[in-house]
Amino acid sequence: MSFLSTIFVDPFVSIASAPLFFVEVLIGGLMAGVMYSLVALGFVLIFKASGVFNFAQGAMVLFAALCFAGLIDDVGLNPWLAFAVTIGIMIGTAGVIERIVLRPLVNQAPISLFMATIGITFFLEGFSQALWGSQVRVLGLGIPQQPWIVGGIYINQFDVFAAVTCGALVAGLALFFQYTAVGRALRAVADDHQAAMSVGIPLKVIWTIVWSVAGLVALVAGIMWGTKLGVQPSIALVALKALPVLILGGFTSVPGAIVGGLIIGAGEKIAEVFWGDALGGGIEDWFAYMLAMVFLLFRPQGLFGERIIERV
Amino acid sequence: MLYRETGQFKTSYAADHAILPIRQDRIGLALILLLAFVVVPVVADRYWLDTILLPFLVFSIAALGLNILTGYAGQLSLGTGGFMACGAFAAYKLATAFPDLNIVLVFALAGLITAGVGLLFGLPSLRIKGFYLAVATLAAQFFLVWLFNKLPWFTNYSPSGVISAPPRAVFGQVFVTGAESSTEAKYLFALTIAALLALVAKNLTRCKIGRSWMAIRDMDIAAEIIGIRPLTAKLSAFAISSFYIGIAGAMWAFIYTSAVEALAFQIDRSFQILFMIIIGGLGSILGSFLGAAFIVLLPILLNNAPRLVGLRMPTDLITNLEFMIFGALIIFFLIVEPHGLARLWQIAKEKLRRWPFPY
Repeated sequence: MSFLSTIFVDPFVSIASAPLFFVEVLIGGLMAGVMYSLVALGFVLIFKASGVFNFAQGAMVLFAALCFAGLIDDVGLNPWLAFAVTIGIMIGTAGVIERIVLRPLVNQAPISLFMATIGITFFLEGFSQALWGSQVRVLGLGIPQQPWIVGGIYINQFDVFAAVTCGALVAGLALFFQYTAVGRALRAVADDHQAAMSVGIPLKVIWTIVWSVAGLVALVAGIMWGTKLGVQPSIALVALKALPVLILGGFTSVPGAIVGGLIIGAGEKIAEVFWGDALGGGIEDWFAYMLAMVFLLFRPQGLFGERIIERV
Repeated sequence: MLYRETGQFKTSYAADHAILPIRQDRIGLALILLLAFVVVPVVADRYWLDTILLPFLVFSIAALGLNILTGYAGQLSLGTGGFMACGAFAAYKLATAFPDLNIVLVFALAGLITAGVGLLFGLPSLRIKGFYLAVATLAAQFFLVWLFNKLPWFTNYSPSGVISAPPRAVFGQVFVTGAESSTEAKYLFALTIAALLALVAKNLTRCKIGRSWMAIRDMDIAAEIIGIRPLTAKLSAFAISSFYIGIAGAMWAFIYTSAVEALAFQIDRSFQILFMIIIGGLGSILGSFLGAAFIVLLPILLNNAPRLVGLRMPTDLITNLEFMIFGALIIFFLIVEPHGLARLWQIAKEKLRRWPFPY
């Protein structure tokens, strides 16, 4: 009986009795969710345009972050130049991936492409650590990390910075997709590869562009995560956390990735803080997946995804 | 020339339905079994038995289970590690709660318990497919490992948190788990279980239930239209697959590592077994064994190759190279032979039938 009350009664009591703390946890969770969204954004881009579920997004985040940090620390470039060079590296990586992995697997089952991206994950993880080493690197970019105090609530400046960056990135991508010819071509390819080819859209170029843009998003995500946690190999595991975000938001929707990230981030933090003690702590590991699974049972396509209607 | 089946006539339906209709195949399998049961325990040294053949057998059983689910029934699952943990801890609780229970029964019951858990986590498959199902199985993976870590009941409230598998014997005196067990006994025990389970799996995939799995994998709506119930097909795939994976987990804990810990069953384990069936061949019993052998041998090969060639490389570089070659090999196999090593073996057999003629 008391266990039931710790699940169903006590957390709400503690929320009601300390509303400011709850708002703090909520805002912290939302900010963490923004970071998840950044990674999920890369997934959505690639899935929208090439129909490939890119499991290697996490490894790309790690690779981009390591190149960026390595160029600043070991090679001694200034951050802006390192940023530009890393974007170049990611474009190169996109080209290589397109040539070696995507082109031979053009019309294969989606599961084969998914497994090929798992192979890319392993390769990129090994390659980036072979190149730059596996020690934790601190990204000192001068982004302020002290908290603001607004109305009794602590808000981390860095989280706000990450949220603003994410918003700018999403807005830029939305404009790109809607109002440029390349964006239209990307949406055409996302709809149907062969139809797009038949109207003359060069598939290979489009795929390279998409993976490069995803690489850019990975770089931004890598910089954010790297500043928060330090650039270390475990960043690649963030990709696993982005999966529930995609389930919630829908695989093909950019706003869905954002909303899904916010919901997962907030939900995780609130569950951990208020329900964690009742269940022994460490709920963060699996809460996001359970939430995604429950969601899947009621709305398989996610909040904003395209409804797959299969009628028999 | 060697592989011709001319002159081999079937005179009964039973002979026609045999798993290995060609006499050369039967002779080959008999030789392999003779080698495995009689020659290897005598000839192989402890290192080979302990670190290569034993994990190979355990992984083969797990790969068989995952192949049933992903290769035959088409339900992608990333929760293999969690189900192995389930089997390991179920076996531990059973073995400690009922000390007189035969170890084979303990494994079988642990498998049944894992089948129940697998059934539960397989329920989402009735509504979701593909990658979405993979995420649901990831939920199973993370939740189960968290559960076994958090609840001290599973480790029998052990103060140190490190629990070792209790010693058990078959045939009264022959210990197969625990400190008194000999490597040969463990190997033969694991081999027997693996051989029996492989036979059962092969027969399952050849009969009605296996055909229903393959129909669901290929075109699930069409399968439903012709009368195959997706509910029974998918849930039976999850249940039987989890049975196998649970037994593999119990064997991992009891026979291979002699320690029951959730740490051995993290997400990398799930990916490792998935790779085994991708490289070995989805939807193939032989493929599970080939893939398991490949994945078990590859790190050893990669670790020893530089030394054998005379190159001295720092260990972290070797580890990173291992990852890179791993990833590259997966991509290579997916491009060159998406059906894996089993298909390569089939092509070789085809060529052998025609040899020395080209066609």
